[in-house]
Amino acid sequence: MSRPEDTLSADVHYDDVEARKYTTSSRIKNIQASMTERALELLDLKSPSFILDVGCGSGLSGEILSQTPEDEGGPHVWVGMDISASMLDVALQRDVEGDLLLADIGQGVPFRAGSFDAAISISAIQWLCNAESSETSPAGRLSRFFNGLYASLKRGGRAVCQFYPKNDVQKQMITSAAVKAGFGAGLLEDDPETKNMKLYLVLTVGGSATGTKGGDITGVVDGMDGVDVHDHRRKGTKTGKGEIKKGSKAWIIAKKEQMERKGKIVKATSKFTGRKRRIQF
Amino acid sequence: MKVLTLNFLTCAVKTCKSSADSFPLHPKDAELAHDDIEINPELLANVLPRIDWTALRTTSTELGFPELPAQPPTVEELEADEALLKELHSLLLETQMMEGKLVCGCCGHEYAVREGIANFLLPSHLV
Repeated sequence: MSRPEDTLSADVHYDDVEARKYTTSSRIKNIQASMTERALELLDLKSPSFILDVGCGSGLSGEILSQTPEDEGGPHVWVGMDISASMLDVALQRDVEGDLLLADIGQGVPFRAGSFDAAISISAIQWLCNAESSETSPAGRLSRFFNGLYASLKRGGRAVCQFYPKNDVQKQMITSAAVKAGFGAGLLEDDPETKNMKLYLVLTVGGSATGTKGGDITGVVDGMDGVDVHDHRRKGTKTGKGEIKKGSKAWIIAKKEQMERKGKIVKATSKFTGRKRRIQF
Repeated sequence: MKVLTLNFLTCAVKTCKSSADSFPLHPKDAELAHDDIEINPELLANVLPRIDWTALRTTSTELGFPELPAQPPTVEELEADEALLKELHSLLLETQMMEGKLVCGCCGHEYAVREGIANFLLPSHLV
């Protein structure tokens, strides 16, 4: 699988030729459409909403937002951001309904606080993991993006970002940047361990009113078929390993047993074991 | 670009984020167009509480529309009054800014708008 992210920046890679190729390829169109529908399902919007499409490209995903039928909560109004002028040019020719912005998501999201009901991003945020000049770092760009996105979503809003991480390091970097910005984050894998594996980062802002399990991803996928939940979060109440306090009688006895098992000579345990000596004058 | 979007856009420069002048952006030499879009009352009712009415009044005056009332209509008023709904729909969703500039009131940076697409790419010294 080729990764254009490794060689060029997004605005250079998607020139006129690439942008046209991308938009006319029926294979890409189908994949994009199915991923957008999956993202919409995860967003679970009940009424027509105002949505931000991050890395909208030629508007393949936006089109689906505009065409969402009324019984599924649509049609939505969307605003798209993309860094590639050629992609936006193709979008103009295709006469998409949403508003388009030529903007670099690594420079932040130029909307005031609480603007959007939801945000969606299809195959875009992995581009943030590459810095094209020495002045910027991937971590800095990711944090500017997620901070901006967090602010521009309303409370209880959701964002679903589908992305292609190169490796676990990138996956970890993106997720932790989102968590640092304040999002409740979760990863959803479709078709895990196959070639068609799709990774969705589901982000929530504040607690959502729906769902009893809270506003995070476990609440989102609750009730969906064929979803296994692996919750790696630490449960705050459990004390875990630190049951025996270092230096206590129980700890000393455990150590003595350990040494005995090793065949060392160990003094017998008595009622004085582990006691403090009396204070000497 | 829709007037609705204008009501949410702020300056992208980091130092402007804390300033109140960075919102709304002021349209300059704007060329407008009118698109026919199907009216969607539910969307308007959903978006209305989030619209910054003072900013919308400023923008619409700057774009050369008649002055809006001082107080925003409530969602109930909007649902009851079809003429009002149509007017708001026409202003927010059907009016498109095609060409011109958006100027930040704080740093004075001009964002060019061409064919309805605003250019928010910042030069490296402003990032």
